[in-house]
Amino acid sequence: MDINDLRGLSTALLLVAFVGLCIWAYSHKRKAAFDEAANLPFADEEPAAARDDKENNRHG
Amino acid sequence: MSELNAALEHPVYNYRVVRQFAVMTVVWGIVGMLVGVLIAAQLAWPQLGFDLPWLQYGRLRPLHTNAVIFAFGGCALFATSYYIVQRTCQVRLLSDKLAAVTFWGWQLVILSAAITLPLGITTSKEYAELEWPIDLLITFVWVVYAIVFFGTILKRKTPHIYVANWFLGAFIIAVALLHVINSLEMPVTLTKSYSVYAGTVDAMVQWWYGHNAVGFFLTAGFLGMMYYFVPKQAGRPVYSYRLSIVHFWALVAVYIWAGPHHLHYTALPDWAQSLGMVMSLILLAPSWGGMINGMMTLSGAWDKLRTDPILRFLVVSLSFYGMSTFEGPMMSIKTVNALSHYTDWTIGHVHSGALGWVAMISIGSLYHLIPILFGKQQMYSLSLINTHFWMSTIGTVLYIASMWVNGIMQGLMWRAYNQDGTLTYSFAEAVEASFPGYVVRLIGGAIFFSGMLVMAYNVYMTTRPEKDTQDSPALAATA
Repeated sequence: MDINDLRGLSTALLLVAFVGLCIWAYSHKRKAAFDEAANLPFADEEPAAARDDKENNRHG
Repeated sequence: MSELNAALEHPVYNYRVVRQFAVMTVVWGIVGMLVGVLIAAQLAWPQLGFDLPWLQYGRLRPLHTNAVIFAFGGCALFATSYYIVQRTCQVRLLSDKLAAVTFWGWQLVILSAAITLPLGITTSKEYAELEWPIDLLITFVWVVYAIVFFGTILKRKTPHIYVANWFLGAFIIAVALLHVINSLEMPVTLTKSYSVYAGTVDAMVQWWYGHNAVGFFLTAGFLGMMYYFVPKQAGRPVYSYRLSIVHFWALVAVYIWAGPHHLHYTALPDWAQSLGMVMSLILLAPSWGGMINGMMTLSGAWDKLRTDPILRFLVVSLSFYGMSTFEGPMMSIKTVNALSHYTDWTIGHVHSGALGWVAMISIGSLYHLIPILFGKQQMYSLSLINTHFWMSTIGTVLYIASMWVNGIMQGLMWRAYNQDGTLTYSFAEAVEASFPGYVVRLIGGAIFFSGMLVMAYNVYMTTRPEKDTQDSPALAATA
């Protein structure tokens, strides 16, 4: 096995990793967790602050 | 001032350091862009160097790049990353003292750069000109920054690490790696050192650093900003969280290989040049993943663009991001590069990213941030934000259009030859033909710079302590 086999193998491994990542990210099991994560920018608003922010959006 | 700060203190979060960095972003933006306007004028009228060594183009150009990238962009990244990491982890920064160390340490780095560069003290490595004592200070500040940022993530109250923090974390780790490896140097005196690398290896390390400064400082960091402030300002979560994960990993995996496209047709081995070109072309996909994700966050809420100038800043910055990340891969193709390299096209491309993407997303984020940090409902004047938006857009378009024209013209003039094989034009003829473009670029840059003055006035009027808000710290606390 020479260095070129290693190079080919590393490319193949990266492809597998990328496809694996896509399958993992788009699997239905993960959907709820990702939805929760996507809402994190809005999760820390206290009721008063939330009202302020909406106010900002309306005027801003 | 201290009672003002006490009135603005948030019960949970450390807003003080965010406020400091946010204000300094505006200050350094004005300083850095003013130097840019001056050197743009010098290229049209070289006598503006006044025969003073400290005002020569060769010394002021690195001052401009360092000021806008590391002072303006750096302060914007510190401010927004400290804000985002606290609000999405729902905890206070790991340590107020260490956060203060990063603020004062970073200002000291900027001040040292502003003194040493006009004096001609430089390593001569592009975007890494600062000499070894300042390099050590940068490393120290950066390690403290990493401790504060990742320490805050470790003590988070939320189950997830929000995607913006992934981008900001990648930015902090990669910049540490790039800075340390590219700055390995042998000190000779206090103000002079020599790189440990030589020849082609030096060039490759330099552009591995240089291009990833673009990829991780000016892209990953600002994408982190985008992933928080675009959803926040639009009032809806990001279009696809899954896409953000896929394009994050693709972006960080591919960017690191793109550096060789800065060294096409040089002594760098051919295979390395081709590798750099192919990786740069692949980079289009993860770059546009981020752009599309940001834009589509507005889908169903496009009407907000009509009324919200802050959102307009954020969305137009994404359009410029999409444009320059299309232009970049195209320019990395070797045959295109044979025309574009060493011409003003490159300068135009850089500013399409720097003014259009980096500066405009920072400005938009600051307009969102500053009223919150100072306990106000909104900025002092929305119509001034709108004015600033149009000044920034027109300034950027004038800048990049004039540089396209100049760049293509220079490339064509340099390669034109007569039937007997002699060159059609001397170099000076191409310089002379560039003059109108240089004037248009100066006008565009001056308009963009003036927009920053409008912003400074608006920020000053917003943050000015008023009697009625002084009396009600409760209002400030809820923001």
